[in-house]
Amino acid sequence: MAVDIAFWILAAIAVVSAVAVVTLRDVFRAAIFLILCFFTTAGIFVTLNADFLAAMQVLVYIGAVAILLIFAILFTRDVQQGNPSNKLKVPAAIVGVVLLGVMVSSAVTFGWPESVYLPELADTADIGQRLFSENGYVVPVQIAGLMLLAAAIGAIVLMREK
Amino acid sequence: MNSWILDNFWAHFAVFTIVILAFVIIGVMAFIYVERRGFGPFQLRRGPNRAGPFGILQPIADAIKVLLKEDVVPDRADKVLHTLGPVIVFLPVLLIFAVIPFHGQIGGLIANLNVGIVYVAAISSLGVVGVFMAGWGSENKYSLIAAMRVVGAMISYEIPLVLSLVAVVLATGSLSMNGIATGHPLPMILLMPLGFLIFLAASMAEINRGPFDLLEADSELVAGFHIEYSGMKFAMFYLAEYGHALAMSAVAATVFMKGWVGPWDAYLGWFWFILKTLMIFVLLVWLRVTFPRMRIDQMMSFAWKFLLPMALINLLVVGIQVVAFGGDIPWWMMFINFGLAGVLILGWSKFFRPGGARVEYQV
Repeated sequence: MAVDIAFWILAAIAVVSAVAVVTLRDVFRAAIFLILCFFTTAGIFVTLNADFLAAMQVLVYIGAVAILLIFAILFTRDVQQGNPSNKLKVPAAIVGVVLLGVMVSSAVTFGWPESVYLPELADTADIGQRLFSENGYVVPVQIAGLMLLAAAIGAIVLMREK
Repeated sequence: MNSWILDNFWAHFAVFTIVILAFVIIGVMAFIYVERRGFGPFQLRRGPNRAGPFGILQPIADAIKVLLKEDVVPDRADKVLHTLGPVIVFLPVLLIFAVIPFHGQIGGLIANLNVGIVYVAAISSLGVVGVFMAGWGSENKYSLIAAMRVVGAMISYEIPLVLSLVAVVLATGSLSMNGIATGHPLPMILLMPLGFLIFLAASMAEINRGPFDLLEADSELVAGFHIEYSGMKFAMFYLAEYGHALAMSAVAATVFMKGWVGPWDAYLGWFWFILKTLMIFVLLVWLRVTFPRMRIDQMMSFAWKFLLPMALINLLVVGIQVVAFGGDIPWWMMFINFGLAGVLILGWSKFFRPGGARVEYQV
């Protein structure tokens, strides 16, 4: 009951702030609303007993992604005048409608089976076991780490002066 | 403590929120007093000694003074962001204390989180957002530049900070604050001195203190990102700064010095916790008053070229020891670790030159 109320409050704030991100003309405020959206998503993870995921959501998305986003905004020129409008309204509308159609149709047609198991109570060790045990996902995790390292080195190489 | 307070969720929440708020505010006042009195002898003067016996009422006088001042908001400022900035800077300070174990096996006052240390790392990265909001919302180029420098420094020093905590998690085998405090018979400050020094340096930079306070250098600059703040909002930043120092001292005391664990800790747990927190804070004051202030390029190169490799080596060393001893590092490894830390710090400082960044002038 209390969890339901918490979910609906968080979901409403998340949706409203997500709409605000795309509609506000002030880019900085849009970024702040993006942070609010990430934070409420972390709250929804908490209502699902996924403490570790919630903490990671805050650490990665707010602490790193959103901050770098704001950095990028502040380094952009003419940001004070607000979001510069461009001439891609029609393609953007087409892509948006197609994406919405795909998401809505898949959400409607999917059966949404409910798991018969009770959710695990906040067990981070299970996530670790699942990722790093013998028949887990060690290789994909390592490949993802290597890709991130390659991206970081690539960024340094690009920024480096000759 | 009546049991119905612990059983009823809302009563528990309300009571301990007030306890935490009172602890933070009283702790901040005590810290300000300790720091200002402590600075006196270091700088061959007396320090505040007029208000009350030994100047003990000085923080209260300061608080009243700053609350009575006029609140000036710049004309062209973004009013909402300008007002929310100090609140969002102060918020994580209170949130950190929700999981810090003050006394005994109960764990954190509000929540005994399974992932306490990850929560602390995540929540303390929220303050950056408030700094950005304050710097941007003030509509002042100096506050914006200072905010960008603060944020750049904070996200750089967050990496060695988290890496030093990861090493602790490896050695104690737990992510919860209580599990870390009780996870190993030795305090981590003895078992991995290098990790403690990295944590101390990185947390001093995170809270803009000590030699890393160039971004708001109050004796020579105009207070950095909160240049446009006055009155109660400025008091909020001041409170957040010292509250963050309190929070970092409490985290260091819990993680590296076993928190409430001590003789007769069934009764005196809270005393050991507060004593250890105060010890860390006195160390912070000592370091602040001893070292000269760094330049911004020195600060960044210290994070990336010194602390980050050291934190990675520390993580590697601890990982090897955990694997070699099957997760339970014996106590005599501390001698080896002390030696290793000394060799590493001395050796790396031969390679390391602070600064060295090129400064480019554009005309």
